[in-house]
Amino acid sequence: MTARIGVVTFPGTLDDRDALRAARIAGAEPVALWHRDKDLKQVDAVVLAGGFSYGDYLRAGAIARFSPVMEQVIEQAKAGMPVLGICNGFQVLTETHLLPGAMLRNNHLHFVCKDQRLGVENAGTAWTADFAAGQEIHIPLKNIDGRYVADEHTLDELESEGRVAFRYLDGNPNGSLRDIAGVTNAAGNVVGLMPHPEHAVEPLIGTGGTDGLGFFTSILKKLVSAA
Amino acid sequence: MSHASLDTVDNAAKTPDVEQPWKELGLKEDEYARVREILGRRPTGAELAMYSVMWSEHCSYKSSKVHLRQFGAKVPKNDAMLVGIGENAGVVDVGEGYAVTFKVESHNHPSYVEPYQGAATGVGGIVRDIIAMGARPVAVVDPLRMGAADHPDTKRVLPGVVAGIGGYGNSLGLPNIGGELVFDACYQGNPLVNAGAIGVMRHEDIHLAKASGSGNKIILYGARTGGDGIGGASILASETFDATKPSKRPAVQVGDPFQEKLLIECTLEAFAEKLVVGIQDLGAAGLSCATSELASNGSGGMRVELDDVPLRDSTLSPEEILMSESQERMCAVVEEAKVERFLAICEKWDVIATVVGEVTDGDRLEIFWHGEKIVDVDPRTVAHEGPVYERPYARPDWQDALQADDAARLPRPADAQELRAQVLKLVSSPNQASKAWVTDQYDRFVQGNTVLAQPEDTGMVRINEETGLGVALANDGNGRFAKLDPYTGAQLALAEAYRNVAASGARPLAVSDCLNFGSPEDPAVMWQFAEAVRGIADGCLQLGTPVTGGNVSLYNQTGEAAIHPTPVVSVLGVIDDVARRTPMAFAEDGQLLYLLGDTREEFGGSAWSQAIHDHLGGLPPAVDLDREKLLGEILVSASRDGMIDAAHDLSDGGLIQAVTESCLRGGNGARLIVPDGLDAFTFLFSESAGRAVVSVPRSEEMRFTDMCKVRGLPATRIGVVDGDVIEVQGEFTLPLEELRSVHEGAIPALFA
Repeated sequence: MTARIGVVTFPGTLDDRDALRAARIAGAEPVALWHRDKDLKQVDAVVLAGGFSYGDYLRAGAIARFSPVMEQVIEQAKAGMPVLGICNGFQVLTETHLLPGAMLRNNHLHFVCKDQRLGVENAGTAWTADFAAGQEIHIPLKNIDGRYVADEHTLDELESEGRVAFRYLDGNPNGSLRDIAGVTNAAGNVVGLMPHPEHAVEPLIGTGGTDGLGFFTSILKKLVSAA
Repeated sequence: MSHASLDTVDNAAKTPDVEQPWKELGLKEDEYARVREILGRRPTGAELAMYSVMWSEHCSYKSSKVHLRQFGAKVPKNDAMLVGIGENAGVVDVGEGYAVTFKVESHNHPSYVEPYQGAATGVGGIVRDIIAMGARPVAVVDPLRMGAADHPDTKRVLPGVVAGIGGYGNSLGLPNIGGELVFDACYQGNPLVNAGAIGVMRHEDIHLAKASGSGNKIILYGARTGGDGIGGASILASETFDATKPSKRPAVQVGDPFQEKLLIECTLEAFAEKLVVGIQDLGAAGLSCATSELASNGSGGMRVELDDVPLRDSTLSPEEILMSESQERMCAVVEEAKVERFLAICEKWDVIATVVGEVTDGDRLEIFWHGEKIVDVDPRTVAHEGPVYERPYARPDWQDALQADDAARLPRPADAQELRAQVLKLVSSPNQASKAWVTDQYDRFVQGNTVLAQPEDTGMVRINEETGLGVALANDGNGRFAKLDPYTGAQLALAEAYRNVAASGARPLAVSDCLNFGSPEDPAVMWQFAEAVRGIADGCLQLGTPVTGGNVSLYNQTGEAAIHPTPVVSVLGVIDDVARRTPMAFAEDGQLLYLLGDTREEFGGSAWSQAIHDHLGGLPPAVDLDREKLLGEILVSASRDGMIDAAHDLSDGGLIQAVTESCLRGGNGARLIVPDGLDAFTFLFSESAGRAVVSVPRSEEMRFTDMCKVRGLPATRIGVVDGDVIEVQGEFTLPLEELRSVHEGAIPALFA
């Protein structure tokens, strides 16, 4: 018994194959989803992968949010289906308002690609249960529009409700407010982050770390135990 | 000619005396005469446009061809070659049914004019070359050369070029796994932006640029055709059109990486369904090139309806449509029965696709506009039978004086303190400093197969997840060495790339090159070119690695001042299991450091002579390719059998540069002992070729040194991985943190 994890491909999505591979390595059944499909193919969870959907010429994630597939993703996320937004996927989730805040261009204006140390602050979400609160993990970061912003009230609310899921350690790589690297919704089923856990699932590949696997094993255990 | 009276083939035959702008389009008088002779009449405006761009230096290789033939003549025995020189890119067999194609091209001139778009479209062009072979692109690389690091214009060009390569490559989802960045005043007005790509396919999926099968359809797909990048557009416009048209057009094309990403995916999907007979990308010379090459390579002729080409600008003339270099376009030859499916795949990816013509029974390329025939040519005369020049070449009269100005005469450090200061100065000089500021702007993780990337000297990607089969690519060039002696300098570039690939644990397999030189009309430059080509061809024959293709960029010259001759050589390697790769990091405390090869007093053209004395003179290091081959075999065997845990080739900056990089990468220091027979200065800074430093686990020491002894490769124990300083015993100590701070801080201090 395993779970079906869907990965959406928008035109311009780049890390879809990587996310499918990560789901497979974790033991899930990976399912490719196409942006024009309204049918989610009975998946148990959805990953919105990184890239530059529709070229991101308007604003990152702004057009992808209106894709046919997103109707179902939004509806089912609101009903509790786990959704993970990585990088461009996180940007799409903020555009849909499933997650609060928005992403601006990095404060240094450059694309940045590096191995990033993160602090896990909320180990209670659907995607972080295999971590411990306070755990430090290494996950590759790569983006140009990665500066997380929200108004002070929203930020205070996120902090007080424990919805800051990940924070950057060893210095802020892009000017994100309060060093926020990822957030969760109140229910804990929708999580978004800028770093790329799907790039940290195999020794030897990428940075050689496997801390990213925890995202996929977390969701798998949750889905399998619920079934 | 005017817009009202279209210059048709019939019209051209009737009006032989019309003045034509052949000179403005870059044709020589005898070339124009030859076009008239080939056609038996004057060319139409459209034909003239086609011949002029296809017979340009860039497209026809007319100055370099006579020398490049050596790559085809001096071919080593090698079973790996599946597709050789002449196609969009060469293809080699890497085992398990996989084939790999790779190529490096220059985008030098546009990148100087408009750094961001010039560099971005350079990446776009090379990636289309790869997909036109039927391969999925799996990685890109970018060897760069800029003017002086502290020159104000370098601050304009470099950040733009880096942002362009990143902006385009990152949006395509291709990991950037390697490259170079070299600063030298000789590149001030002529920066070199070379872009390379690797693609992977199954043997049976190799596609070629040819149009065969009468009745098969020609499908143009991708971006609409606009007025960008038209060579000589202003002349055409002034000769042909009235003042209401947009006239001044940018000569540099503008890239749309999103469109290119869609092109990649839709092309690969069409390949997977076996819908494509032949394919060609549209790069330099646009439709002129694609139609004439497809028709020339195939059997039969081709008929094209130019009215059907989707346009961004409806006022474009037929000549402009033929010459436009709008990016992100491809041309496929598809059987009639499969056209519908091909178009459906394009629609799925939101790619515009249009049938613009078909393969015919004849042997002519015929192009129609508003129902009138405006081109009627033998496509071979356009694409493959252009002019060939035997340009005069001669060893320049200054060569002797340059070689006589021996670097051995330069003052050396007087004491240990000065030696230490020079090490710090060397590793923080712009050419030797960390390039992380550049490479951190490129995505090196996407696709999830990157095994090695910057700052490793060799990039490596896995191509089969089941077996671990992988390929490695290194690109190297040293214009300073090539200036001192182009033959040896070119061989040193080849040897360095070969050594880098072997140091990663991969077996060197095949070679591509990007040859950047000054004006071929200068006999001294032509001599440099001839010597460099001869050096690479001879070297590849000796090493057993065939040249699969390449690129030539000439006229990198401002006034009388040419760039250093800069052959950049790429070596592709294969590794059976990427788990056996050798990284460069000294990661294990207590491991033993061995220096492989012979160290001589060789400082001509060295990084030391540049960083400390701003000197260029003497002779480059000697080359011994048999030794390189032996060193390569030892490095590959040691990797496969687990005898070494780290390896770093020795090249620019010598041993101390390599040890510094490996220590910083691994976060460990090293204690070094100057071997008997060497002085500390030569030990640290010599750039003798055929050398590497390796980190050997103590348990493997006997096995490793025995192997070296039996095979006859000098292996000298020079120290141990230890602590958090680099110590040269009896000389000096340098804390890693001090080294890190100057090595990693130099480039950001200049450009961030």
